[in-house]
Amino acid sequence: MKDIEKIKFVENMLAPENELPSFKAGDTITVHYKIKEGNKERIQNFQGVVIQRRGHGVTETFTVRKISGNVGVERIFPVTSPNINKIDVNKRGVVRRARIFYLRGLTGKKARIKEERV
Amino acid sequence: MSGLIGKKIGMTSIYDASGKHIPCTVIEAGPCVVTQVKTVENDGYEAIQLAFEDVEPRKVTKAVLGHYKKAGIEPKKVLAEFTRFEAGHQKTFGDVVKVDVFVEGEFIDVVGTTKGKGFQGVVVRHHFKGVGESTHGQHDRLRAPGSVGASSWPSKVAKGLKMAGRMGGRRMKKINVQIVKLIPDENLVVVKGSVPGPKGSYLLLERWK
Repeated sequence: MKDIEKIKFVENMLAPENELPSFKAGDTITVHYKIKEGNKERIQNFQGVVIQRRGHGVTETFTVRKISGNVGVERIFPVTSPNINKIDVNKRGVVRRARIFYLRGLTGKKARIKEERV
Repeated sequence: MSGLIGKKIGMTSIYDASGKHIPCTVIEAGPCVVTQVKTVENDGYEAIQLAFEDVEPRKVTKAVLGHYKKAGIEPKKVLAEFTRFEAGHQKTFGDVVKVDVFVEGEFIDVVGTTKGKGFQGVVVRHHFKGVGESTHGQHDRLRAPGSVGASSWPSKVAKGLKMAGRMGGRRMKKINVQIVKLIPDENLVVVKGSVPGPKGSYLLLERWK
């Protein structure tokens, strides 16, 4: 085995396989995230637009952006995190880029994303 | 003390039972062969010598080749000495040592050679803060070491004064590194956090009790 394969082997062995729906930048999703408060565990929803997916394997993450009140909020989730309960894909967006950071500079009607026609 | 010779494979990350993200290093350790047992009578001290990783016979000198021939094994790349193993883990000449000398969850020490950083100034090497400010008419003193000594007395610079120079590339022992996972089938040890040295460098894993 090559060294890189050994790393992959360890990752596959130790990483819990998350069954997530496929989504990409531009999609609107809801992340159901487990939060521990003391001994209690509850689930918090975070709905917003995926603005990027980066990395691969165990270290892959995605960023979700939403407007809360009048302030833009971004949250980064690891794809393999066991704290992600589930992900709902609410809308499939059509964007030309893999990373839609230009969304940060846009508000209101300008910040809309064209929806994919099925 | 028990020990093994290993090779740094690289880093990854895993999640523990509570969903916490843990950075880990994957180390390929062993199998090592005991090529020599040193005794007080013979050598003046007690130790066992371990050999790790096969190498082509043409790449070692004939003298070293003879040493391996004595142990009846293929020539190896790395030799290292460990003071004798603790009770219950004693090894004799020709024994093969594998990752099962360690237990999952226990703390070990990892010895390696750190990455060489070349010639570095005092700011990088010793975390000095530099001397002057970047404005108010000052210049060229931002990363300077400052004064290195007093005047006519003692008329010399103290020994061991922190100065610029070669950094890294030296032996370092990281103590109390926790073993997260042992994979005996693949001779792999996964430890929490980082270990010294670049990928592919050789490491000594030691357990002191």
